[in-house]
Amino acid sequence: MKFYIALLVMGVLTQNFVLSKFLGICPFLGVSKKLGTAVGMSAAVIFVMLLATAATYPLNLLLEKFGLGYLQTIVFILVIAALVQMVEIVMKKYLKPLYNALGIYLPLITTNCAVLGVVILNIDNISEYSAYGFGFGHAMMNSFAAGAGFMLAMVIFAGVRSKLETADVPKFMRGLPITLVAASIVSLSFLGFTGLVEGLGLLG
Amino acid sequence: MAEKKKISYGHEFAKGILRENPVLRLVLGTCPTLATSTSVVNGVGMGIAATIVLICSNVVISALRKVIPSKARIPAYIVIIASFVTMVQMLVKAFVPALDQSLGVFLPLIVVNCIILGRAEAFAGKNPVLASAVDGLGMGIGFTAALFCMGTVRELLGSGTFLSGIDTMIGSFVDLKGFSGFDFTEAIGKIGLSPMTLFVLPAGGFFVFGILMAVVNRLAEKKGRPKAALAGCEGCPHAAACGKTEKEECEAK
Repeated sequence: MKFYIALLVMGVLTQNFVLSKFLGICPFLGVSKKLGTAVGMSAAVIFVMLLATAATYPLNLLLEKFGLGYLQTIVFILVIAALVQMVEIVMKKYLKPLYNALGIYLPLITTNCAVLGVVILNIDNISEYSAYGFGFGHAMMNSFAAGAGFMLAMVIFAGVRSKLETADVPKFMRGLPITLVAASIVSLSFLGFTGLVEGLGLLG
Repeated sequence: MAEKKKISYGHEFAKGILRENPVLRLVLGTCPTLATSTSVVNGVGMGIAATIVLICSNVVISALRKVIPSKARIPAYIVIIASFVTMVQMLVKAFVPALDQSLGVFLPLIVVNCIILGRAEAFAGKNPVLASAVDGLGMGIGFTAALFCMGTVRELLGSGTFLSGIDTMIGSFVDLKGFSGFDFTEAIGKIGLSPMTLFVLPAGGFFVFGILMAVVNRLAEKKGRPKAALAGCEGCPHAAACGKTEKEECEAK
């Protein structure tokens, strides 16, 4: 149980996917202008991350069993791409309200590096956290934490950007440069959480 | 892209390096740029790996451009790119294990690097093989150059070294005579200074990228060219799959 909490704290705060691992920067910079779209996009990312992990984790065991571990990258990206397409079709047909809320973000997520990143990191974690018996449940938790961290970063940054809109910025810094510098400061504030997991004794 | 224009290889090559630099002008591939530019050697290693994938996938996609049906082109591109990434991954693991260690998850993530899919969609899918190869080489060098700039600033300010770890990367191929990068930490220590670790941390990555982009924007402005901006729907590799191009729903603008 402790390890589950450790994974959650790491994913959301100390090793935030966007602000300290640099995964999913494109949507972070592109879709964070409005709070509503930021939340919608993040919800879709959490959803796809959980689905992708559920699909790729058992698949990886199968690949390992037949000694095909080197096909990991190509299999994973295809599974994610197919999965996203399928989810979109199923959602459109049976879950119209959910589709209306998340549907437009789904195609953008296929090649979002955060999703492929989290499934690959989950596989790497098996050996890294073998002492804690990293298994399927942990992988799902890790994916959820990564997605939640993504959401937190997006929501905070949407707030920061709304302030930037009205700020008096030097001409040459306007647009992306100032956005990146603002992201730097947000990332800096997350440094304050360093050592939280160890401090709480969650990885004991 | 002007389809009917006569192809000039020099032009296709040069545009990727400065005028349409993928990182600093087109704002593609930001994730690997920020993550792997903690040191020069790391960044250039990433740049070279991505360049190899970019050239190979551009060539194959361009050669198959009349065979691949346009509706299924994105999955087809992804399979081609993923195959080359797997090859590069295995080569790096075998010959430069230190690079594999430091790039970590970003080596397999070349698959979803927007530069590669973006070039496939914008150039290789419409142009002949040789031009696509030249385009890939130019864009790859532009990407590597941007990583070199970022890496130089971050390594010098953040760790007080330059080219550190070069022996672990190319030491097995070239005789470096014991050279393992410059180390200025002692020299600046004498005048009571120490490196600003902040610059190798993620926050420093965002900061250096922001400042570098501001400098490039200023230079572009002097030449009367528009500022760098996140590509709108036309430049988005997912535009075809997305189908929101005409509507306002596309938020990437």
